[in-house]
Amino acid sequence: MRDVAVVGVGMTKFGEIWEKSFRDLYVEAALAAIDDAGVDRLDSMHIGCMTSGLFVGQEHVGSLMADYLGQKNLAASRVESACASGGLAFRQAFIEVASGMSDIVMAGGVEKMTDIGSDGATYALAAAADQEYEVFHGATFPGLYALMAVAHMEKYGTTREMLSAVSVKNHHNGAMNPFAQYPFEVTKEQVESSVMVASPLRILDCSPITDGGAAVILTTVDIAKKLGKPIIKVIGSGHATDMIALHSRDDITTIKATMVAAEQAFKMAGKTIKDIDFAEVHDCFTIAEIIVMESLGLYEPGKAGEAVLKGETGLEGSFPINTSGGLKSKGHPVGATGVAQMVEVVKQLRGEAENGRQLKNNPKTALTQNMGGSGGSTLVHILEVA
Amino acid sequence: MFPSRIWRDSKHRYRLEAGKCTKCGKIVFPYRLICPECGHREFEKVILPDTGKLMTYSVIRVAPSQFTDQAPYAVGIAELENGVKLLAQITDCDVEKIKVGMEIRIEFRRIQTDSHQGVLSYGYKFVPKWY
Repeated sequence: MRDVAVVGVGMTKFGEIWEKSFRDLYVEAALAAIDDAGVDRLDSMHIGCMTSGLFVGQEHVGSLMADYLGQKNLAASRVESACASGGLAFRQAFIEVASGMSDIVMAGGVEKMTDIGSDGATYALAAAADQEYEVFHGATFPGLYALMAVAHMEKYGTTREMLSAVSVKNHHNGAMNPFAQYPFEVTKEQVESSVMVASPLRILDCSPITDGGAAVILTTVDIAKKLGKPIIKVIGSGHATDMIALHSRDDITTIKATMVAAEQAFKMAGKTIKDIDFAEVHDCFTIAEIIVMESLGLYEPGKAGEAVLKGETGLEGSFPINTSGGLKSKGHPVGATGVAQMVEVVKQLRGEAENGRQLKNNPKTALTQNMGGSGGSTLVHILEVA
Repeated sequence: MFPSRIWRDSKHRYRLEAGKCTKCGKIVFPYRLICPECGHREFEKVILPDTGKLMTYSVIRVAPSQFTDQAPYAVGIAELENGVKLLAQITDCDVEKIKVGMEIRIEFRRIQTDSHQGVLSYGYKFVPKWY
């Protein structure tokens, strides 16, 4: 396998971007990544996109985006693993460069979610669950994570206050991110009096409906050196699935796909969680961040909530999580999310994070965790400054 | 929703038919072609018990398009007496009185009314035993 580096990153402002279309969002992010990398060509392109068919009635995303990016006849494809589509696009690009098949590959992600109403969006997102045995009965995504939250609270005594602390922390970080959809602080009281979506999860426990695109460029370390960019190496990659329906799993207070993908990534990198300086994780709901912290092995089961309350995962904490604001504050354009996580960790590793959210301890090693559905799939990556 | 899609799953939804692996005894619901535990490919038909215990639940207030007229409604996962777990709505009760660990029974109910094809779909819901 060849050594692979990320040499360019770009993303659009996340939010309700009325004036920009599905294709505009992707091409804007892709051009920003190309300009950042300073490359003059692409050999191929993988695009994470969950359900453009349901959101904007558009499939055949590879052809459309290569066309509008001005890349005639480029090998371009769309990959899908629900909300982990972006992470999967990154892994496909990593494999392609590492294998020697291509030298300069774009991993991008995009979702245009506000061209339909909120009940239509709820329906589209629910397509990531088991359509016949979950969605058929009225389960929604907040509903499935609520089932996990109640089970976690029953088993470990996880509290409302711990969930709120995740939201407060991520909004604090997102307030410093110029690309965030909701760049403002929220208080514990605001979270706990916000409207109920699926008990016990309130609207300020949930990531929003977001338009946005993100893109990164992967190449060999040799080419990266010639480009004169800081060398951010991809040293670990893991990918795993689990039973799609929550009720089919043995334990819904943990995410097995994340545990397995993390093991693979750590093994490839020759590292453990103790060697990682900070992480971007998939906080689609506040309870998800807590469960993921435990599934990654960062905390014992049942101990992560207390750690968030103590500030251990804040910007000044021992293990900062979601310095970007996470899905909660930055926004969650589902197909773009896994790639936007890469944009943040690369900025942090280069020392380029905006507005005072740059980590002060000169971080060297980062982890990203991006999951689909209620944890039916997970991508974990480890990046390091060479 | 096209009628064939509902008809196809009717044996599971109407009669709670499941498959029991003839090698390792794992019960799969709905029916599968291969056992997720041992890889065996033969199953005998078994009917799921209609009582169990609620493991977790949520009251859904923001519903997808086909359920907006029913909100708020509760969904939960119950473990049946033979260990099989199912997700379904919890009905016929005040949602504020639902508790983890409460005993439920399974009843046959209407699940949704599809507006495009006008097809009614039926299946199972959980009803608290105390009701």
